[in-house]
Amino acid sequence: MSISTHIQRLWSFPGGLKLDGRKQLSNEGPIESAEIPHLLEIPLSQHIGHPAEAVVKVGDTIKKGQLIGHAQGAVSAPVHASSSGTVTAIEERLVPHPSGLPALCVIIETDGYDRWDSCTPLISMDDPQHKNLHALSAEQITDKVAEAGIVGLGGALYPSAAKLETARKKATDTLIINAAECEPYITCDDALMRNRPEEIILGILLIKKIVGARYCLIGIEDNKPEAFKALSDAITGYERAIHEHCEQTIEIIQVPTRYPAGGEKQLIQVLTGKEVPTQGLPMDIGIICHNITTAATVYQAVYRGEPLVSRIVTITGGAIKKPQNMEVAIGTSIREILDQAGWDKSRVDKIIMGGPMMGFALPSIDVPVTKATNCILVSEPGELATPPPAMPCIRCSRCADSCPMSLLPQQMYWYAKARDLEKIQDYNIFDCIECGCCSYVCPSNIPLVQYFRYAKNEIWDDERERNKANLARERHEFRQERLEKMKKAREEAARLRKEKLAKKKAEEKQKAAGGDGEKLPASSHADLIQEAIARSKAKKAQQQAQKRNTENLTEAQQKQVDEAERRRKKR
Amino acid sequence: MLWGILAIIALAALFGLLLGLASVVFKVESSPVVDQIDALLPQTQCGQCSYAGCRPYAEAIAAGEAPINLCPPGGENTVQALADLLDVEVLPLEEEEEAHEGPIVAVIIEELCIGCTLCIQACPVDAIIGAAKQMHTVIESECTGCELCVPPCPVDCIEMVPVKQTITTWHWPEPQYDVNHTPAGNIFTTIDQVLAENAHP
Amino acid sequence: MFVAQSSPFLKPELSVSKMMLVVLLALIPGIITSVWVFGFGVLVNIVLAITFSLLFEAVMLYLRKRPVKVYLRDNSAFLTAVLLALALPPLAPWWLTLVGSFFAIVIAKQLYGGLGYNPFNPAMAAYAILLVSFPAEMTTLWTAPVMLGGHESLSLLQTLNYQLFNQLPEALTLDAVSYATPLDVVRTSVINGLASISEIRSTGHTFGMFGGIGTEWVNLAFLAGGLFLLKKGIIQWYIPVSMLATLGFFSLLFGSFELDSNPSPLFHLFSGATMLGAFFIATDPVTAATTPKGRIIYGAGIGLLIYIIRTWGGYPDAIAFSVLIMNMCVPLLDYYTRPRVYGHNVDEEQP
Repeated sequence: MSISTHIQRLWSFPGGLKLDGRKQLSNEGPIESAEIPHLLEIPLSQHIGHPAEAVVKVGDTIKKGQLIGHAQGAVSAPVHASSSGTVTAIEERLVPHPSGLPALCVIIETDGYDRWDSCTPLISMDDPQHKNLHALSAEQITDKVAEAGIVGLGGALYPSAAKLETARKKATDTLIINAAECEPYITCDDALMRNRPEEIILGILLIKKIVGARYCLIGIEDNKPEAFKALSDAITGYERAIHEHCEQTIEIIQVPTRYPAGGEKQLIQVLTGKEVPTQGLPMDIGIICHNITTAATVYQAVYRGEPLVSRIVTITGGAIKKPQNMEVAIGTSIREILDQAGWDKSRVDKIIMGGPMMGFALPSIDVPVTKATNCILVSEPGELATPPPAMPCIRCSRCADSCPMSLLPQQMYWYAKARDLEKIQDYNIFDCIECGCCSYVCPSNIPLVQYFRYAKNEIWDDERERNKANLARERHEFRQERLEKMKKAREEAARLRKEKLAKKKAEEKQKAAGGDGEKLPASSHADLIQEAIARSKAKKAQQQAQKRNTENLTEAQQKQVDEAERRRKKR
Repeated sequence: MLWGILAIIALAALFGLLLGLASVVFKVESSPVVDQIDALLPQTQCGQCSYAGCRPYAEAIAAGEAPINLCPPGGENTVQALADLLDVEVLPLEEEEEAHEGPIVAVIIEELCIGCTLCIQACPVDAIIGAAKQMHTVIESECTGCELCVPPCPVDCIEMVPVKQTITTWHWPEPQYDVNHTPAGNIFTTIDQVLAENAHP
Repeated sequence: MFVAQSSPFLKPELSVSKMMLVVLLALIPGIITSVWVFGFGVLVNIVLAITFSLLFEAVMLYLRKRPVKVYLRDNSAFLTAVLLALALPPLAPWWLTLVGSFFAIVIAKQLYGGLGYNPFNPAMAAYAILLVSFPAEMTTLWTAPVMLGGHESLSLLQTLNYQLFNQLPEALTLDAVSYATPLDVVRTSVINGLASISEIRSTGHTFGMFGGIGTEWVNLAFLAGGLFLLKKGIIQWYIPVSMLATLGFFSLLFGSFELDSNPSPLFHLFSGATMLGAFFIATDPVTAATTPKGRIIYGAGIGLLIYIIRTWGGYPDAIAFSVLIMNMCVPLLDYYTRPRVYGHNVDEEQP
């Protein structure tokens, strides 16, 4: 076996933290399968972009894997039923989100049979030579990825098909598979790599086929030797297939364990030494980055025809009796999973979805697992921090020293506090990846990340408001113009009528006076034509003036209007 | 003495000429102050400033006929921005009644609507659609919440409702907890109030 | 409606109070050495300064309606007091410490907004005011170091008696217990052309084994404490290294022209408050520059100013003035030395 590497050295990123990983809590055992619950709550928006639109009705009987929400627009992803049963409601329910606000969900009462809808794989499983892989076109695979509702499972939740499509059109020469999993506690990627390395490798081959990348690098933190070995063995096992489909082999590279090495920009920097331009994408420098779980999901979609209806979730923390990784149907309530994993309710302090650095505290445990749920961290008292009130900043610059983006969090904090939104953009707030390093090292316990989120939100809000004001101004001016035109048109019509009346009167007068004017004078003939033209012009002007603001409606607005129309007709 | 005076006068004339020329040659085109003011106003066209819309109000401010604090929808932020632009003092907002918390929009109670089109005529931004004797509807995304459609409605079927907060419009709040303003107790409590105080009374 | 707690949730490793405490711990070897070299006066100064400073801090916090307990527990006033005490002459009368503490805590710190808001290092601002207001007390009350022969040393009680009541034991004059500090000797003699380095060396009253007599050991102890802070990650290398390197570089540069009228780099590095300044005073987070480049320039500026003031200025030591002058430059330094952010101007730097 010869794994030639074109990676000669590793680079490094500034800042970062050495953290206590606490991964050994949950990374040893097999991946358990969670039970299918009695009720599934499946949110229609589990991705960045437009929410999916429900295509099922209350009372519908559905099977596992059946489409229940179809994608809306270019950046969106469909949603599928994660078990068979009956739709009992489509309504707003609490979803895992820091705000504790509800969102639209499809509620399914499961029948316990867990019957699959017919699955149509693109490649049959009994194809040891992977010949069929040759026959597949990039479009076919992309379509399948889109159909399966696959989104970036590393946390970005960007619809994968859209990302792959863009990468395919651009010259992308390096595919980076992110297996760093740098956040403490989380081991779902680790478990996947240990238990299903073949699926990952085949999935990577598929992604590589779509984007046409020459190089493929898997970046993995060096605190996961078992996963590294499992993946290396799988690469060796599939050497022939890899060889046939790629000029270069898949390289797996261990990177030093330092948070946030798994950040997309940081991993790219460590592996290639390149930096993604600000406000740009990795594709701008010929790189596309995908999470390792996403790769495995692509495999499942293509080889088994299964859409994304379940995911591996790490259940861990001091209050969990047996920390483990579980494969959970999307829509299963977190309470059910915790009950299955066993938890000590009396010792629970916090429940975090995601890791302790970038996750968020769940507002309720009666929320469903979504495509984004990689970890449920149930801490006991003293394990995680409830921040003491912040002290004043002492300008120690530990935040700047730990920032992997070389930002100056301290200065940004002052401007966020002063709500100086222009200045804070001068300090490049939009390059902040919210990794949490600055808040963690801050001796004054200042919630820096929250200040930055707040400032970003304010900037976006201001922009939205400005846009809305501009739109309102335009519409108002349009309306003023229309009213003006209508007024003019009315005046014109009135003038014409008056003229006509006057003329008629004059003619009658003439008739009465002379009586010899039997024939119309030639000139009055021309007058009549002129009159007609003027009339039609006035009519046209009136029509034009009646042009409404409501002609160029967006899709959503049109929909609202149509619905109103429907309601109107019903009455 | 005389020469001195003459020289000074000549110099003054020369520099005056130069300055005058420069102001013509290097003229900086800046958008008229009315446009700048108008750009800062929220464009609700509500008329609460007693002018017929945002632009007339902007013209009045520019002409020095109106104070800068007549715009309730814009709130303190707008007053502040106007004060910055015009380099005048910030005035407290002149409010006739309690301002609304957050944005509002008009909603027509469709069962009551008789299709009189009066509200359509009142809407400054054409956000209401419908025809005579047919039910009307407010296009929510275009509504500026100006309330101008409320009084003309003969059957009182228009309600102003706050825009509902959703996951996409939700905001991380500004952090409020530091030692100088110590809050009482743990302000973060949840996960169902830490599982109902860990099931103990 | 509840308030969402933002990530991260991991327990922070450090607090302001702990940070200050570690700095105080790192001062201990220097304090012990100082007491050994200069006698009990150092200890008395420290105790007095802490008492006065905490008292002023508490009163000011109360008047400013700030939570007194929380802020007292941050140890920042504690640290300021110790640094001020270490800068004072060992036989400083109690009122000198009182005035110093008042100026450091009330004027330089609390009136500017308290912890985190003071533009000037409080201990150094107070020291500078004392030096300008009471030049005699600030320069003549240095006890002779223990290794210097021909001087009497005072017991704790005798020291207290002098500092509190201005009474020396009978048959002892101030001259018998005090000495002119090495930096003072060098400035008054060498720089004014009264004596050459070798002449001074032959008296045996000024030069020690490598630095100033007595102060060399104190500096060595502060250096050890500073290295401990570096290792603990409480301070970063930028400021001390650039400051010491600049000071060393200029003393080497000028020293190599006229060897006999310029003291060696080692003398500069191991006399006066050089090491205390480099690791404990210039690195004060509140008043130092914050960007990496800014910190290097800040440290270098202090080093250069120290050399200039020590050599050509009117005062024997220069840590306080140098630090204060560079404090003024901090906003400018921070603004013009912003680091390149990831992904900005990358074109020319992509490998």
